[in-house]
Formats: sequence, structure tokens, C-alpha cells
Amino acid sequence: MSSNGSIIKLDHVHKVYDTGKIKVEALRGVDLDVRQGEFLTLVGPSGSGKSTLMNILGCLDSPTEGTYYFRGEQVQGLSLNRLAEIRNRRVGFVFQNFNLLPFSTALENVELPMVFGGVPTRERRKRGEEVLERVGLGDRMDHKPTELSGGQMQRVAIARALVNHPDLILADEPTGNLDTASGQEIVNLFEELWKAGHTIMIITHDPNLPMRTERTLHMRDGSLHNGNGEGQ
Amino acid sequence: MAAGVFLTQMMRDMKSQKLRTFLTVFGILWGTASVILLLAFGKGIHAQQQKAFRGMGEYIVIMWPGRTSMAYQGLARNRQIRFREEDATLMKRQIPNIGLVSPEYTLWDAKGRVGKTEKLMRVTGCWPEYSPLRNIIPQMGSRFINAEDMEQRRRVIFLGTSLAEEFFGEENAIGRIVLVNGVPFKVVGVMRQKEQDSSYNGRDTHKAFIPSATFKAMYGYEYVNNIVFKADKPAHTERVKKGAYDVLGAKYKFDPDDEEALAMWDTTENEQFFSTFFMAFRIFLGVIGAFTLIVGGISISNIMNVVVEERTKEIGIKMALGAKPRFVMSQFIFETLTLTAIGGLLGFAFAVMVVSVVPSFNVEDYIGTPEVSTSVAIVTLSILGFIGLLSGWFPARRAARCDPIEALRL
Repeated sequence: MSSNGSIIKLDHVHKVYDTGKIKVEALRGVDLDVRQGEFLTLVGPSGSGKSTLMNILGCLDSPTEGTYYFRGEQVQGLSLNRLAEIRNRRVGFVFQNFNLLPFSTALENVELPMVFGGVPTRERRKRGEEVLERVGLGDRMDHKPTELSGGQMQRVAIARALVNHPDLILADEPTGNLDTASGQEIVNLFEELWKAGHTIMIITHDPNLPMRTERTLHMRDGSLHNGNGEGQ
Repeated sequence: MAAGVFLTQMMRDMKSQKLRTFLTVFGILWGTASVILLLAFGKGIHAQQQKAFRGMGEYIVIMWPGRTSMAYQGLARNRQIRFREEDATLMKRQIPNIGLVSPEYTLWDAKGRVGKTEKLMRVTGCWPEYSPLRNIIPQMGSRFINAEDMEQRRRVIFLGTSLAEEFFGEENAIGRIVLVNGVPFKVVGVMRQKEQDSSYNGRDTHKAFIPSATFKAMYGYEYVNNIVFKADKPAHTERVKKGAYDVLGAKYKFDPDDEEALAMWDTTENEQFFSTFFMAFRIFLGVIGAFTLIVGGISISNIMNVVVEERTKEIGIKMALGAKPRFVMSQFIFETLTLTAIGGLLGFAFAVMVVSVVPSFNVEDYIGTPEVSTSVAIVTLSILGFIGLLSGWFPARRAARCDPIEALRL
């Protein structure tokens, strides 16, 4: 499965936040190429532009300048609906604070992206159950987030990210709110998923994580260092 | 499709915010009930007023002789005009578009006696047409004066409802004899109970009616008290009134433009006045009700704004997971419409319930029977739908426009 097809291609991407009085240049010409089946980490101090880059990669935000191709499709200038479709079908998000809907069960949370994708109820249920089994929560499907541990919540979030078979999984500090053991399990899970063929990018402060991945990107002052090729 | 998801989510919100949900629904309930009840009572009062007013007759004109106020063809002014019974025949024959006509003789304070019961009563001599003109309807199994009574000058009598009761109590009056100033009359009919709020010589329930031919023969009256008539259609009333001035003016030699020569009470004018009055009254009530409903809508809108605020994070999560703006919007519009629909239906049910228990309080004579008509229902429900949509629209649009990145930071 891990062909060398490019999933992400950034070309001189700039992002400027204009607050009226001052302009903040969050990204200053980022070039990046992510290929199918890669496992990367993006590290950098806070304020370096990591989150901005992740938002752009996840099609939550668009660049002020430069071009961004997702699977060959130019992202900037796309309609809000098309961006929502890309996020829904092609990107799986995993957040530091899980971002589960607190009053919905694990299964309902996992079914959510399929609701937006118009998957019929029965299939939603089937796929939801499958993917929860896969992350080891087959016995926790009807539990609400408050009834789950941090590690379990993050597994639900990962199941949710996987359920629409995305091209790219973007994880923002996925172990940041977890104890060491749980964090370790989550990283193991990511590794398994990568071995199964998923393309995964983890944004992290955790100094140990980069060692587990194929490639590490360093972000500083809005620029990417050791971007392509290095670290492999 | 997503309706199931919307519904689950909504139930959850409603459960977690019971008081708020209740107040929202109550606002709409109250507004809906106000609109419906105000319109229903307005309609009932109007119908009651109309019914009572029509107790005297529908679209009729009562005409009395007057005094001339203009000199005409060498005749001095200030001449008294008087009507004879044949004037009614003349009018019937010569006025275009005239409908029913009847002369009316009145015998004030006649002595009526049945057995030992003696009553002073008012006896009216009239034509059979008087019955439909004045809405004097015989009870089941009885009749009004007819053409044969007229031809044969029969001594038959038709009794007003109260009069019949005073003479005969619960017993059947038909075929019994009433002595009028000592002369026996056979009762052929009794009037069906009716509402009547206007009159010109007493309430019909206290009167007795005999054929004009019999009246004239017995009492030797040369002149009738007045003539009652109506046009073939209410819209022709003015034309027929003018016709009466022309025809009678030609006979009695007065100027057809001399308004004083005849005195007329045109009840169609009252009808028009009341129709206009009640139309305005109902619009007024409707507007009050609609504003109550709008206030309910505003409160729903406010609450939905709060809901959107509270759920910003959730909206952000959903958008990150690929919910389209349309989806986010429809969720909130769905919620607003559902709340509005629940409130509306409850309000509707409440109003229908109130309307259905009102008759048991026996207040019909004062306020009539309120009625929830289809048109009232349709008007209310469309106002409701519109308000629901409008009050959901703005919060929903706010939700759909929220920036997922900002929302996720919360």
C-alpha cells in the first residue's frame, strides 16, 4: 500500500495574521512534501507556527500566500463546503484534549464523521463498531467520555479519525494530556496504524516521540528545518 | 438522514436545560394560544352580535310615514303622509329589485285571555312574508300565517315564544284558542326562541301575529303602522329605498327627494357598521396576539443564541470533522422549529380546550360561542412557522459562520 504518491505538497506557504494594528507572520515560506505511508513528527517551540501549519494541512485554514496541494488538488480558494468534504473524508484529526462530544457515547462519537459524510445508519454502526474494536475498545462502545480514562478517550478519538479511511491522520499533541503509560500505548497504536499503511503526522513537544517516527520536521519562527528527506 | 442525530442531540439539550426549555416552549405556547383565543373570541362575539341583531331581520328596511318638508306640485309642505295596506302591494309591483314586503298594523295593548290567564299584548297584523323578513320562525309542528288565512280572513293567531309560555306553560299551544279583546283566535303557530337585540315596537317573543286581512276587517284600521321590506340582494337596498320614494312620492304627491316624507331604518347600514367595526376589532386582537407570538419568537431566538454560544466548542469539533455549514445551520433551525412546533401544538391544544369548555359556562348570550376556524388555525400556524424559521435563522447562521479553529481553542 505504501506507494510513493504525494499526499501533501506545500510550496512557499505563508500565513499572515492581520489583526489590524500588527501583522503576525506565522508561516514564512514553508515547503513540504508528505508521501503516502509516511510517519512524521513535527516539533518546535510554542509560537513557532506548528499549530498554524497543522490547521493549514488539515484544511481548517488556508495559506495567505503559496500553494497547497492535497492529493494533487489545490486547496486554497476552495469553497467552505469542499474544505469540509476534504476534512471529512481525507483527514483524520486527533487532538490533545480529545475533543469528544461529552454527552455522546464512544460509538456515537465515532459515527459522527460518517453522519457528515452521509453514510447510512446501519453502515455507520457497523463501521463504528469495527474501528472501536480495532483500537481495543470493543467493550466500551456505549460509554460516555466521562466514563472513560484519558487513554481510552484518545483511542475513541483515534477511532473517530480512522473511520472514514482518511489519507492523512493529523495528531496534535496526542499524548500531551496523558500519563506516560497511556501515552506510550497511544504511540504504540499510531505505530501499528502506520505499519498497517496509514500516513500519520504527529505534532509534539515530547522529545522521545521523534525517535519512533521515520522523519522529524523542526519548526522554528515559522520556517521548517530538516524538512524533506533529512532524518529518514 | 441526520434528523435522528439532530433529535437525539436536542433531547439531550432539553433534558439538561429543563427550565429553559420549558420557558421557551411556554413563550410560544402562550403566544399561539393568545392569537387563537383572541381570534376565536372575536369571531364568537361578532357572530353572537350578528345573530342577535339579525333577530329583527336580515338586511331589512322598516319604513314609517313622515311629513313632507318641501312644497310639491302646488301642495304645501308639512303634510302628514299615511300608508295603506295596498301601498305594500304597489311597492311590490312597481319597485325593481324589491324582495319581500309586508305591511304591519299594530294593535297596542290588546287583552289576551286563555282560561283565567289574562295578558296585555301587542297584536301585529301582517302578511305571510313577515315571517322570513323578520326572522320569525315557527317551532316544529307549527306554522306562520299563510295565504289562505289571508284570503279567508281567518281568525288565526301566531304567538311569540314568551307569550305562548305565559298562556299555556309547557302544554302544546297549537289548536288552542286565545281570546283577543273577547274574540276567539285559533293558535296556528308558536315562534321558535331567538336572540333579538333591536326592535322598533317591542320584542317579538311578547307579540302575537294575525293576518293583516283579518286585522283590517276586525278593527277597521284604514292605515298601517309601517311597512317592512328588503331588496332581492343586500347590495340593491339603496336602489329599492330610492324606488320607495319614487313610487310613494308619485302616489302621495311628494317630492321623491323629500327625505322627511318617509322615515326609514335601514338595518343593512348597521350590518355594515358592525362588519367594519368587528373587522377592525379582530385585526386589533390579531395584532395583539401576533405581537405576543413575536415576543415568544424573540425569546426563542435569544435562547438559541445562548445555545449556540454554549455549543461553540461542539460546533468547532463537528466542523473539524467535516460538518458543512449547511449541516450546522440545519441543526439549529431544526431545533428552533421543533421547539416552536411543540409550543405551537400545545398552545393550539390549550386554546381548543378553552374554546370547548367556554359554552359550559352559559355565557353565550354575552360573548357568543368562540370558534377556532380553519382560517384562524392556518393563519396562526403560518405566523408560527415564519417566526420559528426567522428566530432560528440568525442563531443558526451565527453557528454556521463560526471559525472552527477559534471554536476548538475553547
